[in-house]
Amino acid sequence: MNPLKLVVVTAGLTQPSSTRLLSDRLGEAVTRQLADEGRGVDVHVIELRELAVDIANNFVTGFPSPALNAELEAVTAADALIAVTPIFTASYSGLFKSFFDVVDNTALTGKPVLIAATGGTPRHSLALEHALRPMFAYLRAVVVPTAVYAAAEDWGAADAEGLSGRIARAAGELAELMAGRPATSHATDEVIPFEQQLAALRAQQ
Amino acid sequence: MQFGIFTVGDVTTDPTNGTTPTEYERIKAMVRIALKAEEVGLDVFATGEHHNPPFVPSSPTTMLGYIAARTERLILSTSTTLITTNDPVKIAEDFAMLQHLADGRVDVMMGRGNTGPVYPWFGQDIRQGIPLAIENYALLHELWRKDVVDWKGRFRTPLQGFTSTPRPLDGVPPFVWHGSIRSPEIAEQAAYYGDGFFANNIFWPKEHYMRLIGLYRERYAHYGHGTPEQAIVGLGGQVFMRKNSQDAVREFRPYFDNAPVYGHGPSLEDFTEQTPLTVGSPQQVIDKTLTFREYFGDYQRQLFLMDHAGLPLKTVLEQLDILGEEVVPVLRKEFAKNRPAEVPDAPTHESLLANKPDEVPVEAR
Repeated sequence: MNPLKLVVVTAGLTQPSSTRLLSDRLGEAVTRQLADEGRGVDVHVIELRELAVDIANNFVTGFPSPALNAELEAVTAADALIAVTPIFTASYSGLFKSFFDVVDNTALTGKPVLIAATGGTPRHSLALEHALRPMFAYLRAVVVPTAVYAAAEDWGAADAEGLSGRIARAAGELAELMAGRPATSHATDEVIPFEQQLAALRAQQ
Repeated sequence: MQFGIFTVGDVTTDPTNGTTPTEYERIKAMVRIALKAEEVGLDVFATGEHHNPPFVPSSPTTMLGYIAARTERLILSTSTTLITTNDPVKIAEDFAMLQHLADGRVDVMMGRGNTGPVYPWFGQDIRQGIPLAIENYALLHELWRKDVVDWKGRFRTPLQGFTSTPRPLDGVPPFVWHGSIRSPEIAEQAAYYGDGFFANNIFWPKEHYMRLIGLYRERYAHYGHGTPEQAIVGLGGQVFMRKNSQDAVREFRPYFDNAPVYGHGPSLEDFTEQTPLTVGSPQQVIDKTLTFREYFGDYQRQLFLMDHAGLPLKTVLEQLDILGEEVVPVLRKEFAKNRPAEVPDAPTHESLLANKPDEVPVEAR
């Protein structure tokens, strides 16, 4: 069986960032769970920081640079997505949103997505539910029930019900959806034959 | 193969000195540029149609009629004529009139227009953009081919026993190109009628246009107009030239950096690498333009965008001298090499007249 393609989109700005750290832990947890079931996973990480200028240029010119285009194609072809952003000013970061603004609005249809975020305070955790989840709902993605939020203090907690527990639960949910997934198929450009387009107009007269 | 220029007709401040032409100056400059196109041996001048500032060409057949009177050879065209918001009856009449005045040196490029607010100014709804383009063109096609038209559609009042006037010159409708930046439906429409397809080829990487032209060629053959290689393809292009490429880059950079469409974005270097824009020596322009054939197949018409982003008239005229003297003669020679005999030239009034089916004599009707 071909390995499943897991793409991790991470919008942390520092290097290293806690957002990347969370992304890696989620990616590893999903890979481990699928490995237990005998499924291989190819993990591809997209650091949005490296694409910040290309994403801005896409807004100005209307088309992606070759580097950005390669990542957009990776997202489109993925079997599942892990999307992780720092919470800025009560929502996802502008860079995170900008990336998904240039993703084709049908690219995530039916795709399993795990959402996660980092923040300085636990008081922002519901931004995942109020900002990220509706955005992915609009894109018709299948967002797993557990969203993972890591505040500064979570990194030090060791109890199983804490961050590690949430990572394991979310990863399990994503792995389950991935395991049941057929190989990713691609829709090709479909053109409605011209007679049909004309006939549709006549029928409405 | 035909070579020419197309213009958007924007009034843009020259970023190097802050001067902005008046509408009068810009309109006269567009005419001067068209006349220059004929002087330097180009084949085609095409003007855009816009109804909002900062653009001036709202009335293309008025401008083209004036240019027709002052030229001998130049083919007058559009880039594009709004098939969605213009009444097809008025398009049929305006362009037939222009055909007579210009002795047949007329063709027309249909486009939908992508400026949402324009639609309600002409009583239309942008959500109906594609259906409008389809229905209006179907009517226009009929008006040019049938002397008396009975017609009923969704978007305008019905016609009963209507004759658009004047009739097309020699009974030959102007050749039609369909211009599109992104819609496969329009490539399909062009293929259905056996009309030409023009890919703007300016803003985006070539791969995008390769898909659209590939689709048009395939569907052109599907509808029985010829082989895919015989489909009638036009391409845009955008160049700025000086003898030394460094001079071209230095002079064009402020215009690029501030251009309304792509300015304040990627560097000139990245943009020229990723899109068909060429800024450099005439030889670099020749080399880049010749690659178009490899990507899109042998084609019929190449139009360059030369006057935009605030470039002064004097500079544009210099550019046209270089284009006409150093670039196009080489392109004509090179594009002719290894061009299969079955690939046709772009249709003209003369070629369409020569291939017109014999008229049934009046007595026999």
